[in-house]
Amino acid sequence: MSRRRIGVAAVVVAALAFALLVSAQGLWQSWLSALFPEQPVVLMPRDTLAAFVLQHLALVAVSSALTIAVGVPLGIFVTRKSGIEFRALVVAATDLGQTFPPVAVLALAMPVLGFGFWPTVMALFIYGMFPVVSGTIAGIESVPKAVLDAAEGMGMSPMQVLARVELPLAARVILSGVRTSVAINIGTATVGAAIGTGGLGVPIIGGLAVQNMAYVLEGAIPAALLAVLADATLAHVEAAVTVPEAAAGA
Amino acid sequence: MIRLEDVTRRYGDATAVDSLSLEVAEGEVCVLIGPSGCGKTTTLRMINRLIEPTSGRILVDGRDILSMPAEELRRGLGYVIQSIGLFPHLDVAANICVVPRLLGWEKARMAKRVDELLALVGLDPASYRDKYPRQLSGGEAQRVGVARALAADPPVLLMDEPFGAVDPLNRERLQSEFARIQRELRKTVIFVTHDIDEAIRLADKIAIMRDGKLQQFDTPEEVLNHPANKFVHDFVGSDRALKRLVRVRVADVMRSPATVLADANTLSLREAAGRRRFAYVVQPDGRLLGWLDTHGLAEGAPAADAMTIMDVAEASVRPDDSLRDALSRMLGLGFRAIAVTDRHGVLLGEVTFAAVEEAMTEGDEHISNQPVEDAE
Repeated sequence: MSRRRIGVAAVVVAALAFALLVSAQGLWQSWLSALFPEQPVVLMPRDTLAAFVLQHLALVAVSSALTIAVGVPLGIFVTRKSGIEFRALVVAATDLGQTFPPVAVLALAMPVLGFGFWPTVMALFIYGMFPVVSGTIAGIESVPKAVLDAAEGMGMSPMQVLARVELPLAARVILSGVRTSVAINIGTATVGAAIGTGGLGVPIIGGLAVQNMAYVLEGAIPAALLAVLADATLAHVEAAVTVPEAAAGA
Repeated sequence: MIRLEDVTRRYGDATAVDSLSLEVAEGEVCVLIGPSGCGKTTTLRMINRLIEPTSGRILVDGRDILSMPAEELRRGLGYVIQSIGLFPHLDVAANICVVPRLLGWEKARMAKRVDELLALVGLDPASYRDKYPRQLSGGEAQRVGVARALAADPPVLLMDEPFGAVDPLNRERLQSEFARIQRELRKTVIFVTHDIDEAIRLADKIAIMRDGKLQQFDTPEEVLNHPANKFVHDFVGSDRALKRLVRVRVADVMRSPATVLADANTLSLREAAGRRRFAYVVQPDGRLLGWLDTHGLAEGAPAADAMTIMDVAEASVRPDDSLRDALSRMLGLGFRAIAVTDRHGVLLGEVTFAAVEEAMTEGDEHISNQPVEDAE
C-alpha cells in the first residue's frame, strides 16, 4: 500500500515538473540558442510551447477517450454469445485500421471533415483502436473457463458475470491495451499539424520545412517526455486495478 | 427431492444422456459414476440448467426446473467444482459470500456465516478469511469451494468431481470430512466422480452410467454384491471384498478392550485382562500409553514398567475411519488388533482382525452362486 502511494506521488511530481518545464519559455530559448547558435529564431513564433502542449493533450485526450468508449464495449460485445459472429470481422477491421497510415486517413477525411481538429481526432481514433479492442478480447478470453462455470452455476446473470468476474479479471490486460493505444496516439498526433490541427507537430513539421532543427527539438522533446509520462501514469492505474492476489504475493 | 424423468440430451447425432430416470431422496448422497464420456457431468449440469435437456423432465422438490428462472434455480443449488473455480480476484470471505450477496444478505450476517462455514470445513476463520485463492493449497481451496456452495444453506449440493484435483492423501481426508459434514447437514447431494472408491465411500446410492445409459442404480452394498451386468462387475473391480470394508466404520464393529491403569500392578492387571492375553495401558484420564503382554510378566511389577510404549497416532484408528483403514494399519504393523482412540488419544475400543474378516465375507454367498450377465 505504501509503495503504491509513493508511486502515485512520483507520477504527480513528474507531471508538475513537466508542466513547469514546458511553461519555461525563457529556459528553452537559452538552451536551444546554445545548441543552435547559427539560428536567429529557435522557438516557433506561432504559439508558446505550453500552448502547443495543451493542443496536443486535447487531441490525445479526445481521441483516446473516443477509442476507449467505442473499443472496450466493442471488445466486450464480440465476446458475448450474441456478438461472437462479429469477432473475426471486428478484429480484421481494427487490424486494418492500424495498418492504414494515419496520414492517409487525414487525406481521406479532409474532404468530409475539412481542416483542423476533427479529421485528426478521426485518424487517431481509428489508428488507436486495435490495441484497445484486442486487449479487451484477450483479457476477457483469459478468464478461466472453470471460473465462469462457477459464476454461472452459482446463479449470476450474464451482466453480473461480466461486471463481477470477467471485467475485474480482465482489467489489467484491457488497461495495457489502452496504455499502448495512448502511447501510439501521443506520437501519431504530431501528424495533425500537417492539416493545421496544432499541437507539438507544428514546430516539428514547421522546423523540417524551414530546416530549423531547433523547432524540431522544441516539438520532439516534450512529445517524447509526454509519452513517457502518460505510460508511467497508466502503468500505475494498471497496478491499482491488478487483482490483489498478484500484489499480495503467496 | 430430485427426480429425472426420461431425460435425454443429444448433440447432433451423438446422445450424451439417453432417457435417464433417477430419483434421489432428501438427505441422500447420489454418486454418478462411469468412464469419461458416459454422460455423468452432462446429467449434473442439466440439473442446474447449465445444459438444457433435449427431452424429458427434471423436478427439484416437486417443481419442474424449467418453471423458474435459471438464476433463481441455481442460487438454491450449491455448486462445487474443482478448486480452480474459486474467483482469483476475491478473498476467501468474498468467495464464500457470492451467493449470499446475490441474495442481498446484510454485511453482518455474511461475516458471521463466513466464520461459521470456515469452522465447519476445518479452516481457522481468523487466518483464512482474508486470504486469496492463490495463497491456498489444493486441499484448502477445495474446502473453501465446499464452504462457498453451502453459504446460503441450499438444500441441494451439486458436486462435479470436487476432489479430483487434490492429491490422494488429501483426497481421503476431504472425503472423510465431507462425510462428517454430510452426517451433520443431511443435504441432498449429486456427486460426480470417476473414482469408484470415492463413490463407495460416500454414496447412499450409486448410479453407474455408460454411453449415456444408466447401468445400475443401487446402494453401494448392492452394487458390490449384485452387479447388474458384466460392465458394472468389471467397473467395480475384482477387489470387491476390500471395497466392502470401506463401507463399514470402525465404530460399528469395535469392542471394548482390556485396559489397565499405568500405575496398577500386575495382579490387578490379570484381573482386568481376564482371559485375554493383551491389555492396553492407559492414564487415569483415559489416554492410551501402550500395551502389555500378560504372559511372562514379573509378579507385582507396575504395568508402566512392563508395557510396550505405542506411537498412538501411528498405531490407532479413529471411530470414523473405515475398516479398510483399520485393516491396512493392522497389516502394516503386523498386529491382530488395533486400538481405537479419539483425537485426544483417549482409548475408545479396539478392532480385531476377526471382526474385519467377518465384515469382509458378509454377502459373499450371494456373489459366488450368481451368474453374471453380460451387458452386450
